[in-house]
Amino acid sequence: MSVRRLAEQQPDAFEFTPQNKAWLDQQIAKYPDGRQASAVVPALWRAQKQNDNWLPRAALEQVADALAMPYIRVMEVATFYTMFNLEPVGKFYIQLCGTTPCMLSGSDDLIAVLKRRVGPQRTVSADGLFSWLEVECLGACCNAPMAQINDDYYEDLTAANFEKLLDDLAAGRDVNKGSQSGRVSSEPAGRLTSLVSLYGERDTSDGD
Amino acid sequence: MLADHDRIFTNLYGLGDKSLAGARKRGAWNNTKALLKKGKDKIIAEVKESGLRGRGGAGFSTGLKWSFMPKQPDPARPSYLVVNADESEPGTCKDREIMRNDPHLLVEGCLVASFAMGAQTCYIYVRGEFVAEREALQRAVDEAYAARLIGRNNSHGWPFDLYVHHGAGAYICGEETALLESLEGKKGMPRLKPPFPAHVGLYGCPTTVNNVESIAVVPTILRRGSHWFAGIGRPNNTGTKLFSVSGHVNRPCNVEEAMSISFRELIERHCGGVRGGWGNLLAVIPGGSSVRCVPAHQIIDCPMDFDSLAKLGSGLGTAAAIVMDKSTDIIRAIARISYFYKHESCGQCTPCREGAGWMWRVVARMVEGRAHKREIDTLFEVSKQIEGHTICALGDAAAWPIQGLITHFRDVIERRIDQYAANPHPEPIRMAAE
Repeated sequence: MSVRRLAEQQPDAFEFTPQNKAWLDQQIAKYPDGRQASAVVPALWRAQKQNDNWLPRAALEQVADALAMPYIRVMEVATFYTMFNLEPVGKFYIQLCGTTPCMLSGSDDLIAVLKRRVGPQRTVSADGLFSWLEVECLGACCNAPMAQINDDYYEDLTAANFEKLLDDLAAGRDVNKGSQSGRVSSEPAGRLTSLVSLYGERDTSDGD
Repeated sequence: MLADHDRIFTNLYGLGDKSLAGARKRGAWNNTKALLKKGKDKIIAEVKESGLRGRGGAGFSTGLKWSFMPKQPDPARPSYLVVNADESEPGTCKDREIMRNDPHLLVEGCLVASFAMGAQTCYIYVRGEFVAEREALQRAVDEAYAARLIGRNNSHGWPFDLYVHHGAGAYICGEETALLESLEGKKGMPRLKPPFPAHVGLYGCPTTVNNVESIAVVPTILRRGSHWFAGIGRPNNTGTKLFSVSGHVNRPCNVEEAMSISFRELIERHCGGVRGGWGNLLAVIPGGSSVRCVPAHQIIDCPMDFDSLAKLGSGLGTAAAIVMDKSTDIIRAIARISYFYKHESCGQCTPCREGAGWMWRVVARMVEGRAHKREIDTLFEVSKQIEGHTICALGDAAAWPIQGLITHFRDVIERRIDQYAANPHPEPIRMAAE
């Protein structure tokens, strides 16, 4: 359990864009008649994307109205699920995994980088670019340690390549998503040990 | 070692073509109509005979689970298949690879499984953080619709709709009834059972919830025959299995191997050995964070399967091995898991809501040694009060890592306490409250 409240400073209004409204109607159509509440999580997620990655009260109310749900039900959902940011976040919102598999693989070093560069958790850096949060397992443990920045996973991180990644993001340069050590996905670094008959040994590693 | 021709997930690493055309070349969607022609009862019987046990952690017979669904569906209460892709168990990252690299195996499996259970609608519940995976899966679903492999009027003659749904970062939604609550648009709080989902599930209708891997292997089992699958591994622990190995091995990876492969062979063959050699191995958490850790000497030659690991007081769980070498602070490693459960408790049952936080606070003090030795027994006792006294298994999952720590590494905790006590510290020992 974690305590989650709405931000103190709230914008006056929130309105879905016409595209997002149309998208929401498509989502509602996935569920049986009268079960439109099923779309609440995708709807809140879309609202959050539209609003610089956080959810103001007005957005919760708009979603509730669109899905014919009492406000309190939507409020419950928004406070229960930890991917909903109830306060403003940086342009690059970094969710750093600190759970045991990542911790064993060096997430402490990454936390030190973030503390030094960005500051404490849940605070937006002065330039508005970064904010970060230590989150629970993101499910990429074979590529630990890793972080999710906005929607994308960045894996096989070290303090050095993480610093470079943050530099590149801050400077607006293109970055590689996924593994930062040259792996395609979660295959063993270096030579393949299975599926060799299909893909050859493929020495994929650049050695780390 | 499992041969490549016995591997089901032939694009596990995304090295091949991920599209429908590529999946077809690897054998997916090959004469699916013939699989459906076997009929519902035959499909369920074959899945039972194959010995497939649920890949989500509990290891319940998949075929048996399917057989609980009503044979004659009531039109007012249609049957549903819900696929649990809310993969969040620390250490586990296998379903992610299926969804982003080999999604058509899952889509085809959904059709076959839904047919076997008389379901015409299936939802796949993907964890919220898996944005790219969700998009990859949606692409595969769209391709399958466009090729009329699925849909109301598809070429297989079983009207079938498949929808991708997503969550928003709650571990508890991996529990099947919490997942259903979440899919209905509520907080993910587990339901009391009975009634079981096969009677009262999604929207109050008969529902089966299965893990991604359990569903994705079904078409291959039916194509190659249940005896093929049952012939891999050991009796009652059959088939191929995706193992996720993380932590202190030289080359962490996901790999599909035969069930019951020994831990030593798994690590030697696929992961480049333990960092620093076998002598440097301290302990392994063999089935995702929820199971008890196993010290090195017990795990090294243990077969990685449900029954062998259960005998060690641990479990296969999701087959996610978290390997820890001797540089690991085992108390801190378990304390971090304890924090995870404190964070992820839904707050519904008092023993879990209060107990998970209490256990974390105590074990966090033990990391520093700032505790009394008698508290070790208290901690063990409290964990026993949580285990089995909650609606869902999260209470158990919070208790077991702590119990494993105390059972196997009590001496480490005591030494830490002695070290702390031997050095003067000016600040008083703080008690439980945060």
